[in-house]
Amino acid sequence: MAEPIVRLAGICKRYAEMVAVESLDLDIAAGEFVVLLGPSGSGKTTILSMIGGFAAPSAGRVLIAGEDVTDLPPARRPTATVFQDYALFPHMSVRSNVAFGLAMRKVPKAERHRRAGEVLQLVGLEGFGSRGVHQLSGGQRQRVALARAIAVEPKVLLLDEPLGALDLALRRQMQEELVRIQKRLGTTFVHVTHDQEEAMSIADRVVVMNKGRVEDMGPPSRVYLRPASVFTACFMGESNILTGEVVEATSGVAWVKTRVGTLTVPTHAMPAESVTLSIRPEQLLIGNAGAGTLSLGNGTITETSFQGTHLRAHVAMEGDGNNELLLRAPVGLPLPVGAEVQLSVRPEDLVMLKR
Amino acid sequence: MRAGGVGGLTRLTVLPALLWTVLLFAVPLAVMLGISFTEHGSSAFTFDNYTGFVTRSDGAFLGALLNSIEVTVIVTVLSVPLAYPLAYVLAYQTPPRWQRVLLIMLILPFWTSYVIRSYSWLVVLSKNGVIDRILLSVGLLDAPMEFGNSRAATVLGFVHFFVMLLTLTIYANLVQIKESYRKAAADLGASPVQAFLHVTLPLSLPGVAVGAFTTFVLAIGDYITPQILGGGRELLLPQAIMLQIERRADFPMAAALSMILMVVVSAAYLLFARHLKMERV
Amino acid sequence: MKPRELAVILYLTLAIVFIFLPVAILVQYSFQDGLVPVPPFRGFSLRWYERMLANRKLMEALGNSIIVGGVSSFVALTLGFLAAYGLARGRPRYAGRLQFCLMAPLTVPYIIIGLGLLSAFSTVGIGRSLVTVGLGHVVINLPLCFAIAYSQLGEHQANIERAAHDLGASDLQALLLVTVPMLWPTLLAAFFIAFTLSWDEFVIAFLLSKFDVTLPVVMWNMLNSGLNPQLNAVGTLVFATSTGLVVLIAALLLPRSRNG
Repeated sequence: MAEPIVRLAGICKRYAEMVAVESLDLDIAAGEFVVLLGPSGSGKTTILSMIGGFAAPSAGRVLIAGEDVTDLPPARRPTATVFQDYALFPHMSVRSNVAFGLAMRKVPKAERHRRAGEVLQLVGLEGFGSRGVHQLSGGQRQRVALARAIAVEPKVLLLDEPLGALDLALRRQMQEELVRIQKRLGTTFVHVTHDQEEAMSIADRVVVMNKGRVEDMGPPSRVYLRPASVFTACFMGESNILTGEVVEATSGVAWVKTRVGTLTVPTHAMPAESVTLSIRPEQLLIGNAGAGTLSLGNGTITETSFQGTHLRAHVAMEGDGNNELLLRAPVGLPLPVGAEVQLSVRPEDLVMLKR
Repeated sequence: MRAGGVGGLTRLTVLPALLWTVLLFAVPLAVMLGISFTEHGSSAFTFDNYTGFVTRSDGAFLGALLNSIEVTVIVTVLSVPLAYPLAYVLAYQTPPRWQRVLLIMLILPFWTSYVIRSYSWLVVLSKNGVIDRILLSVGLLDAPMEFGNSRAATVLGFVHFFVMLLTLTIYANLVQIKESYRKAAADLGASPVQAFLHVTLPLSLPGVAVGAFTTFVLAIGDYITPQILGGGRELLLPQAIMLQIERRADFPMAAALSMILMVVVSAAYLLFARHLKMERV
Repeated sequence: MKPRELAVILYLTLAIVFIFLPVAILVQYSFQDGLVPVPPFRGFSLRWYERMLANRKLMEALGNSIIVGGVSSFVALTLGFLAAYGLARGRPRYAGRLQFCLMAPLTVPYIIIGLGLLSAFSTVGIGRSLVTVGLGHVVINLPLCFAIAYSQLGEHQANIERAAHDLGASDLQALLLVTVPMLWPTLLAAFFIAFTLSWDEFVIAFLLSKFDVTLPVVMWNMLNSGLNPQLNAVGTLVFATSTGLVVLIAALLLPRSRNG
C-alpha cells in the first residue's frame, strides 16, 4: 500500500504472567475501516490501547502517519478514542463534551461551539447541545462519544467495542451509521469487537485474533469464504471441520479421505499429508445435486431449530463413531427429526485450512 | 412474604433507630431550647440569656462566637488545600500496593487519644520543645520561644487532625471517579494539569464540600483543642459554654449559647447544602 | 528517579512526619526516666508503665471505656443496620425524610448533643452514669452505622436476596443467612469506627458521667494537675494495641475487598 497511516512494527505486549500480544506486524491504510475481531483475551483491545497510547508495547514501534509515536502519551498522538463505557464527562453538557478536545487545543469558544454543532449534526444529534449527559439514552450517549472523538479531527479513530451495550436493532442501525460517517469523513477507523456479524458488516478488512496472535486477515468475504485456520473457520460463523489424509494427488487436485468419504479438493497438497477441511453449513446441498458435486453420503436428522432465515439441523451421517454434520437448510423444506437425507457439496466450496 | 418484595414488617425495622433518634436527640434538643428561655435559678420565661449573649461581660460571648467562627474558617481554609494534594497523590500517583499501607499509616494517629495528642502538640510547641530545637539549629530563632498556648497552636492542633480526616475522605472520593474519564481527557489532548482542572477537580468537589462541612461542624463545636492549646488567651464558644456549666452552673445560658451555635452550624449547612445534595450520576 | 517522583516522595514524607510528630513525642516520653515529659530526654525507663498499671482509677477508666465503647457500638450498629435494611428493602413512603432524620445528628456538635441529653435527663430525674454516656454515644454513632450499612444494601445486594427468596427463604432467613454474612466485613468496619469514636470521645462522656468515668475524662482530670508521663504510657499502650488491631483487621479484610 502507499504510506500506511498506522504501522505496527514488531509490536508485542508481555505481562509477568502471560503474553497479551505476540509479535505483530500490521499496516493500516489511510481511509480504511479495520476491525480487530476476536474473543476476550485475544489481545485485540491491547493492540488498540497501544495505538492510542494507553499501553506501552514491550517491544516494537508504533508509527502513525510516518511518525514514531511509541513514546508519546495519548494527549500528543493524532488519535481519538470512543471508549466502551463512553466516558462522557457527567458534569458537562453535551456541547461541552464534544468541544472538549477543541478546548484543550485552545480553540476560541465561538469557534468551538460552532464546530461542536457541526459534528453533532453529523451524528444525528442536532440541537442536543445544551442537554446534560444523564438525560440521554444509551444510543444517544454513544453518538456523543463518537462526536467528541470526531471533533478533534484525528488521523485515526479508535473504537473500543462501542456498540456492546446497545440492543440488536439499535446496534444494526449504528453499524450502518458508523460506516456512513466513516466514508463521509474519510478518517481511518480501527474498531474492536467480538461480534463477527458486526465485523463482517462494517469492515473493509477484518483482522481475526486469538490468544495474542493474528489468525487471519483480509476482506470479510474472503475471511468468511476461505478462512485460513480452524479458529477462523469456527469463530467467523459456524463450520463443519473434517480432518483427513491425502491418498492421492495430481496437478492441483488432491483426493482426501475423510469421515464422510473421499473428497476431491482443488489444492497443491502432497500424498500422505494430514489436512483439515472446512465446509460451511449453508454450503451443504440436500439430495443428489447432480453433476459437479460430491456426495457426502446419507444421514439422519437428529435435531432442528428454526432460525428465521433458515433451518439449522444436526445430521448424523452413516458410518461409525461421531459422524455429525451441521446443516443450514432453506425454510419450508420438510426436514423433521428422523428424516433421511443425502448431502452433497461443490468441490470449490471445500476449504483446505492452513492450520 | 408477599409477592413483589419483602413484607411490610420489614419497614418496621426502622422504628427502633427512629425512636432512639427522636427520644435521645430531638427531644433533648427541644428541652434545651426551652431551658434557654428560662431564668437562671427559676423557671420563669425570659429572653435574658439571648440579650445577655450580646451585652454581658462586655460582649465576651459575642467575642467568643466571632473567635470560633474565625478559627473554624481558618482551619477549614487551611486543611482542605493541605489535604487535597495528599489525597490526590495517594489516589493517583502511588502504586496500588503502597496505597493501602499509606492509608493505614494515615489512620493510625487517630488511635492515640485526642486529649493526649493535643497535649503532645503542646509539648512539641513548648519552649525548648522539638520545634524550638529545629528552628534554633537552623538559625531561624535566636532564643527559645513558646509556640503553644496561642491561637496559632489551636489552629495547628485542629489542622493536624483535619488534614488526616480530610485526606481520607477526599481519597475515598477521588478513587471513585472513573478512570475512563481521565483517560478520555488525555485522549482528547488534555495535559495532566488540564485533565485535573477540567475533569478530576470538578467531579471531586461534592466530596470536598462534604469534607469541608464536616470539618466546620467538628471544629466549631470542639472543646478540647482550644482548651489545651489555646492557653486561655482567647475564649471560643464551646469553652464559654463549658464555663457556664462548670463555674456557674448556669444551664439556661449554656443552653442559649448552644442554640446560637446550632444556628451558626445550620447556616453553614444551608451554605453547603447546594453541594451536599448533588448526586453522583 | 524522575524529579516529579522525587517531589511526590518528599511531599508524602513531610506529611507523614507532620502527622506522626505528636505521636512520636507521646511514645518517646512514655519511656523516659524523668518526671516531666518535656525535652531533653532523660533516659530510658519503664517506670511510668508500672505506675500506670498500678493506677487503679486509670485502669478502671480503661475498662469502662472498653465496655461503653463495645456496648454502645453494638447497639448503634444493630439499630443502624436494621434501619438501613428497613429503608432499603421495605421502601416506606417517606424514605427520604426518614433518612434525613436519622442522619441529622451528624450536623450537630457533640457538646450540644451532650448538653441536650444532660438537660433532658436532669429534667426527668435520671442521674449521670456510664449508662447515660453509652446512650449518648449511640446517638452519635447511629447515623454513621446507618449510612455505612445503607451504602452496602444496593441493587446488587438486593438481587442476591431476591435469589434467596426465590429459592424459598423467608424474609428473616434471607436476612440472617444471606445478607448479614455477606455484609459482615463492612459491619465489622462500622463497629470498629463507632468504637473508636466512642473510645476517644470526651465532651459527652464528661458531661454525662459522674463517678465512674471513661478514659478521656480521667486523663483530662489528671492532666489538669500537670503533665504526667503515666498518660504517655496509657496513650502509647492504646496506640500499640489499636495498631495491632488495625493490622490484624486489614490482613483479614483486605484480601476479600469485593463482595459477591
